[in-house]
Amino acid sequence: MNRYPLWKYLVIAVALVIGSLYALPNLFGESPAVQVSSGRASVRIDTETVVKVEAALAAANLKPDLVQFDGNSVKARFKSTDAQLQARDALERAFNTDPGNPSHVVALNLLPRTPVWLASLGASPMYLGLDLRGGVHFMLQVDMNAALQRRMDVLLGDVRTALRENSVRHNGLSRQGASLTLSVRDQATETAAIQLLKDQFPDLVVSPATDPAARVLTITINPVAARAVQDQALKQNITTLHNRINELGVSEPVIQQQGTDRIVVQLPGVQDTAKAKDILGRTATLEIRMVDESAEGLAAERNNGPVPFGAERYPDRSAQPVIVKRDVLLTGENLTDAQAGFDDTQQPAVHLTLDAKGARIFRDVTRENINKRMAIILFEKGKGEVVTAPVIRSEIGGGRVQISGSMSTMEATDTALLLRAGSLAAPMEIVEERTIGPSLGKENIERGFNSVIWGFVVIVAFMSVYYMLFGVFSSVALAFNVVLLVAVLSMLQATLTLPGIAAMALALGMAIDANVLINERVREELRKGATPQTAINTGYDTAWGTILDSNVTSLIAGVALLIFGSGPVRGFAVVHCIGILTSMFSAVVFSRGLVNLWYGRQKKLKALSIGTVWTPDSSTSRELSK
Amino acid sequence: MELFRIKNDIPFMRHVLVLNVISLTAFVLAVFFLVSRGLNLSVEFTGGTVMEVSYEQPADLEAVRRVVEAQGYAEVPVQNFGTSRDVLLRLPPQAGKSSGQQAEVLLGALKAQDPTVTLRRTEFVGPQVGQELVEDGLKALGMVIAGIMIYLAVRFEWKYAVSAIIANLHDVVIILGFFAFFQWEFSLAVLAAVLAVLGYSVNESVVIFDRIRETFRRYRKKTTQEVIDHAITSTISRTVITHGSTQIMVLSMLLFGGPTLYYFAMALTIGIMFGIYSSIFVAAGIGLWLGIKREDLINDTKKEDIDPNDPNAGASV
Repeated sequence: MNRYPLWKYLVIAVALVIGSLYALPNLFGESPAVQVSSGRASVRIDTETVVKVEAALAAANLKPDLVQFDGNSVKARFKSTDAQLQARDALERAFNTDPGNPSHVVALNLLPRTPVWLASLGASPMYLGLDLRGGVHFMLQVDMNAALQRRMDVLLGDVRTALRENSVRHNGLSRQGASLTLSVRDQATETAAIQLLKDQFPDLVVSPATDPAARVLTITINPVAARAVQDQALKQNITTLHNRINELGVSEPVIQQQGTDRIVVQLPGVQDTAKAKDILGRTATLEIRMVDESAEGLAAERNNGPVPFGAERYPDRSAQPVIVKRDVLLTGENLTDAQAGFDDTQQPAVHLTLDAKGARIFRDVTRENINKRMAIILFEKGKGEVVTAPVIRSEIGGGRVQISGSMSTMEATDTALLLRAGSLAAPMEIVEERTIGPSLGKENIERGFNSVIWGFVVIVAFMSVYYMLFGVFSSVALAFNVVLLVAVLSMLQATLTLPGIAAMALALGMAIDANVLINERVREELRKGATPQTAINTGYDTAWGTILDSNVTSLIAGVALLIFGSGPVRGFAVVHCIGILTSMFSAVVFSRGLVNLWYGRQKKLKALSIGTVWTPDSSTSRELSK
Repeated sequence: MELFRIKNDIPFMRHVLVLNVISLTAFVLAVFFLVSRGLNLSVEFTGGTVMEVSYEQPADLEAVRRVVEAQGYAEVPVQNFGTSRDVLLRLPPQAGKSSGQQAEVLLGALKAQDPTVTLRRTEFVGPQVGQELVEDGLKALGMVIAGIMIYLAVRFEWKYAVSAIIANLHDVVIILGFFAFFQWEFSLAVLAAVLAVLGYSVNESVVIFDRIRETFRRYRKKTTQEVIDHAITSTISRTVITHGSTQIMVLSMLLFGGPTLYYFAMALTIGIMFGIYSSIFVAAGIGLWLGIKREDLINDTKKEDIDPNDPNAGASV
């Protein structure tokens, strides 16, 4: 009766093998490594970079353990920190030929020492949270109102143009906060305006005038479009942050959306918060200026003379100098969007959208400077680079600008990205900030680890003494639970934090609960005089209902924490919930499997090794041991 | 080894009135301290900046305090954190200055006084985030209470759900009372511990209720009071051992987990201790007051067919 069918043993065996395999990478620790990633949005990292890294390392007589390419960066792993530092210098020389204007980020990193055969199975260790490895954490709140207002500024220009083109005469159109107000003279114009807006601007909602004397229409953006604007703003801010953080040379930055209007930035290993904040919070780095086309300017552009007074020299992307005037016409603040696309002749182009103020300036500038060149300059790390310097063909109004001519689709995409990178879609504010020193991180790992180990050891000792062989089975099941929990967390690539380790300790304390329950039930059955085999069977069966009940209530608490918790509480809740699920498997199915393997085949089983079973009826206790 | 050698059922319920009075007193005291002293909420809830700095020598708290006061902060708590070399400072939000500036300026001042000081961590939380965390915490508590009550009402009956949740909320209030009385820092981690312990202690009530149901089925002649006594007596060994083993883990955290996990483990310790007490005396006691009876649980016609003398009746839960 206490035998599992073969498939159950197989399930256990498979769980054991997979669990061990995926938990294994956590044991190997980390090796020093050097990481090469893109320092500028225009620099791409691909398989060619791998070849270049390998060549540079070979030239410096360094033998990396492993060179890998993960889509965004190339990492080379070394045995010692000495080799790591030498490699960093070698790679720095190979990739950043101009130290004043580095195109690549060469950063020190730690890479898991997972053997290749394990890595090829997709097994990798858990990611350590900031509280365990040290670093900076920021939570930024994006000002969504500002994003909406910017959008409304653009729409304001569009609506004005549409009204003029359709000869709808009005007494004034302006933006009030995140809505537009349009005042009209009579009923007929009101109807015409509403009809026009409905036809041409599906994103806008027009509420008719409430006061017939004043006739002021309120125009707002509909909720779906508003959400789209906010999503776009958040995405653009994240992209911008990515580009800026590249400057810091952080090996593995985490930049994530949280909720609808927040961004979490985590920079492991960074201690200089001031610099990090300076870079995160930097505003518009994009400028539009006129090219100096005077005789002196053109001479200077051909390197035939000095840069004229009132002008500056900036390189373009092919390092050719461009002489631009010092007067800044527009900055990135006025740029609301830049997208790659195609022009009327199906040539790749970049479409820019300017806000109302920008559009007005741009119209005036283009009207006065037809057939002259205008330069768009992106400032990165305090150095300017001319992204593009097109010739103005005609007056451009309405804030929609198209840059086209002699570029590939790839170049158009890169230019659009560069232009977007210069600006934040909406201002941001730091609402949470945490810095953890590296020594504290190490201590936290040690403390968390010690709590788990010592608690585990004491529990195992107690169980083995109190329940004898059944206690040993319970302890093995508990160890199996640890392996499973770590394996699942590694598979999910969950981030392990100190509260997560605490949850692990708590999960073990609660998992043993199930085994105590089972062992007590088995003892009770023996006390009632049941045969050993029946006692095992009934004990496990009756305990199961209770175990399920108690785990469900614990799980309810865990899920509530998962839903409403944020930051450290989330880390706790994830481990807590997974721990409850793995403990049900290990404490019930796995421990039963052990018991069945040991006792199941013995037909004439006389006694179980489950410690003293004391019965109130007999004055002397029956020692039941094998 | 067998720790519990109990011959007859212990008449727990005979003393139920006395025990309920004790519980009520503890509860009222906890509420009193919560109201009069309030919780010492961490910076996560209140907003502000926390700085942890470390000295090579045991820190001179008075000197640190003077430096902090010279920077224009009145009544900033300056305390040791973990060891005598580590100092924790809690700065209120300062208008016109970002948290980073606050921390930098202060660290500069501390360095001027003692150059060996190093920054271990800073933490800044904006006031709006704190407000949200308080709201989310209350929502989580609400969801746990509702979830557990619905589950128990479906699994047993509403009277059991009510008694279990009252018993365990009584634990929660007492944990909070401890934190209010000693003015221990109530952080997000402590909140997580409180909710985890709420889910965990309900187990205990569930186990006893399970036994009560089983006893009702097996022994038709026993009165409700005797049934409860029997159920508690037969589960007490398991109750103490399981809670003991969980407590071993928590104690290990309390001892080795360092100052970050200290209050987390402390909340769990108090919660587990009171969890045992409340499940035995409070939950069952309230159940008795609410008038739980055999008919509430065994009204399923199918189960009426089971022979009450069959020892395996009701075994498959």
